[in-house]
Amino acid sequence: MRKQTRVAALALLCAGTTLTAACGSDDTAGGGDGNTVTWWHNSNNEPGKGYYEQVAADFEADNPGVTVEVTAMAHEDMVDKLAAAFQSGDLPDLYMERGGGELAAHVDAGLTRDLTEDAAEEIEAIGGSVAGWQVDDRTYALPFSLGVVGVWYNTAEFEEAGVTPPTTMTEWEQVNDDLKSAGIAPLSLGAGDKWPAAHYWYYAAVRTCSQDVLTQAVSDLDFSDPCFVEAGEVVEDFIGTEPFNKGFLATPAQEGATSASGLLATGKVASEMQGHWEPGVMQGLTDDGEGLGDRTGWFPFPEVEGGAGDPTAALGGGDAWAVSEGAPDTAVDLVKYLLSEDVQRGFAENDMGLPTVPAATDAVSDPVLADLIEVRDSAPYVQLYFDTAFGESIGGAMNDEIALMFAGESTPQDIVDAMQQAADQQG
Amino acid sequence: MSLTPPIVAPDQGVGDPAPGVRPDELSSRRRPRAVRRTTGRERLEILVFVLPALVLMALFVGWPVLSAVRMSLYRWRGFGPMDDFVGLDNYRRVLTDDVFTQAVTHNLTIVVLSILIQLPLGLGAALLLNRRMRGRGVVRTLIFVPYVLAEVIAGVIWFQLLIPETGVVDGLLGGVGVAAPDQGFLGTPGLALGTVMAVLTWKYLGLAILLFLAGLQSVPEEVYEAAQLDGASWWQTQWRVVVPLLGPTIRTWCFLSMIGSLQLFDMVWVLTGGGPANATTTMATYLITQGTQRGNYGIAGAASVVLFVIGVVMAALYQRLVLRRDTRIER
Repeated sequence: MRKQTRVAALALLCAGTTLTAACGSDDTAGGGDGNTVTWWHNSNNEPGKGYYEQVAADFEADNPGVTVEVTAMAHEDMVDKLAAAFQSGDLPDLYMERGGGELAAHVDAGLTRDLTEDAAEEIEAIGGSVAGWQVDDRTYALPFSLGVVGVWYNTAEFEEAGVTPPTTMTEWEQVNDDLKSAGIAPLSLGAGDKWPAAHYWYYAAVRTCSQDVLTQAVSDLDFSDPCFVEAGEVVEDFIGTEPFNKGFLATPAQEGATSASGLLATGKVASEMQGHWEPGVMQGLTDDGEGLGDRTGWFPFPEVEGGAGDPTAALGGGDAWAVSEGAPDTAVDLVKYLLSEDVQRGFAENDMGLPTVPAATDAVSDPVLADLIEVRDSAPYVQLYFDTAFGESIGGAMNDEIALMFAGESTPQDIVDAMQQAADQQG
Repeated sequence: MSLTPPIVAPDQGVGDPAPGVRPDELSSRRRPRAVRRTTGRERLEILVFVLPALVLMALFVGWPVLSAVRMSLYRWRGFGPMDDFVGLDNYRRVLTDDVFTQAVTHNLTIVVLSILIQLPLGLGAALLLNRRMRGRGVVRTLIFVPYVLAEVIAGVIWFQLLIPETGVVDGLLGGVGVAAPDQGFLGTPGLALGTVMAVLTWKYLGLAILLFLAGLQSVPEEVYEAAQLDGASWWQTQWRVVVPLLGPTIRTWCFLSMIGSLQLFDMVWVLTGGGPANATTTMATYLITQGTQRGNYGIAGAASVVLFVIGVVMAALYQRLVLRRDTRIER
């Protein structure tokens, strides 16, 4: 009996060891058998989540034997998980790329599949917008949504305070003062996540710097032009007028009803500067799923008086579908399907973003988003978010320093110095 | 504090390896010393029992430490080949980075404050709860509940409570006419670290009390009786007799608290993410920011090695200067 127990214990131990060993070497999974496509996206609220489930089901129906494993995550979660996936090399077959320096680094490391030939037709249909996802004239991802940042506002509250959208910084400050006088908090800001604060600096730079200076800065990472310091000064002055919600330094961007987007969606503030995804985010943050509904208004970042930048240029960026190197060809087929007119029309009808396939742009049902497409398509150029354009190392240092300025602990010159230092260290 | 510290019996000594790792002593205890010799079969047994633990240690502790050291010598974005060797440059950058030195300062502040605040509070509460009184079990449970809660959940709850204007804390303060700070407790650089400290105290006081209560159980009844016979008051009994006898437990708790404070991550990450304006960064949040968020894995590697060295040095010093007397007495 005792001997038996011992043998059993031994067997158990061996089983445990084997299990551990198996877990340790189990990093080849995920690719699957060529008929399974893993797909990560960030439309984790309805209707986007359900729509993508439907799209995946339709694709499976059209391609018998193919299984699409869809994972919907909150944006921040997806970014974190992708970072870990890039490191381990165990990427989903189909994932989101934001272009710029980030994509260039992924391509450089051989992680992203070249789609130039495989999806030539779709690339042709999208046109000039793919430029942000090209490295050395090869296309590595297909943008499915391309939007611009602007100020979203509550039309009812603007009416109540008797103000109209401003066109210059001076007017904007006046509008905010009038809102405050009417007892309405003017703006919310999710500076806890840093990037929403950084967007103010980015947009100011688009207004104070000429396009040539910006293009040059993105390619040679030299920030010595005085317009960058000037951008910081514009933002510093604006912060000085105290337009933001109480506690903005610790407010998250878009998680929950007390986030910056939540404050706008629930009528606690009159406006917020955010990307094109804002209506979708707000819908997920209100009980009725409507967001601000027909009280949603939008105006572009106002003109900086005396700035060298084009007052109609836009700050923006987009999301593109990329296929990881080594993914089955079926993944490429799925990307092509996602960029088909049908899927893009559905995407637009559900107000999930601003479609890039021209034949689908008229399907956008939300009048505000339709206006946004017009702004986008008529802008002389759309500057990619600087943190994406410069890559995450410089981008992170820059966003940190900008967030410090919002806390009153940094200066316009410090921001430029931090950027230059990060760029020089990158070598 | 991010890891659940192992409950260590006061007489064991923290530096001792786990009992299972010293098979020769165990087997010698089972047989008379004279016939002490390990047969082949016994060796196999030892191997079989020890190997899994060793493999796990090597896999989840040894290998990551080594790979962090390796990473710290390269400039590496987190993916692709690691081939840009930069020597000790990452260490130079970490040690001259104001954000990192601030983070170290925050960690050390938390180490000192945790002990200064939780030791007297925990000791006082344990001594009180050791007396017979009505509702003792309920109070003990209540005090221990925060420690049982997952750190992230506790963090999210406190984050919600501390939201400016609409949060419960601001509401309560407003109710008694105290003005809360404009940016909220977590958004004001001067208050954020103190607020995090308060939440940490709430969370970890229960562990201190539990350990001290356990220590108090081992103080023999005779000692109380002897003190009483000598005419000692309740205070004198506690202060001159019980607390000294509690010494080993207190020193062990201080050690656990110190290590936890050095590794502090979850609570800070959930409450402030290291902000505002880097007011609450710790070494752990610094290396996450540099590593996973910015793709500066070399710098994160160097920072983690620095954290490791600080931890090892402090643990070794503590072991040598403070815990040594406990372990020596026991042997």
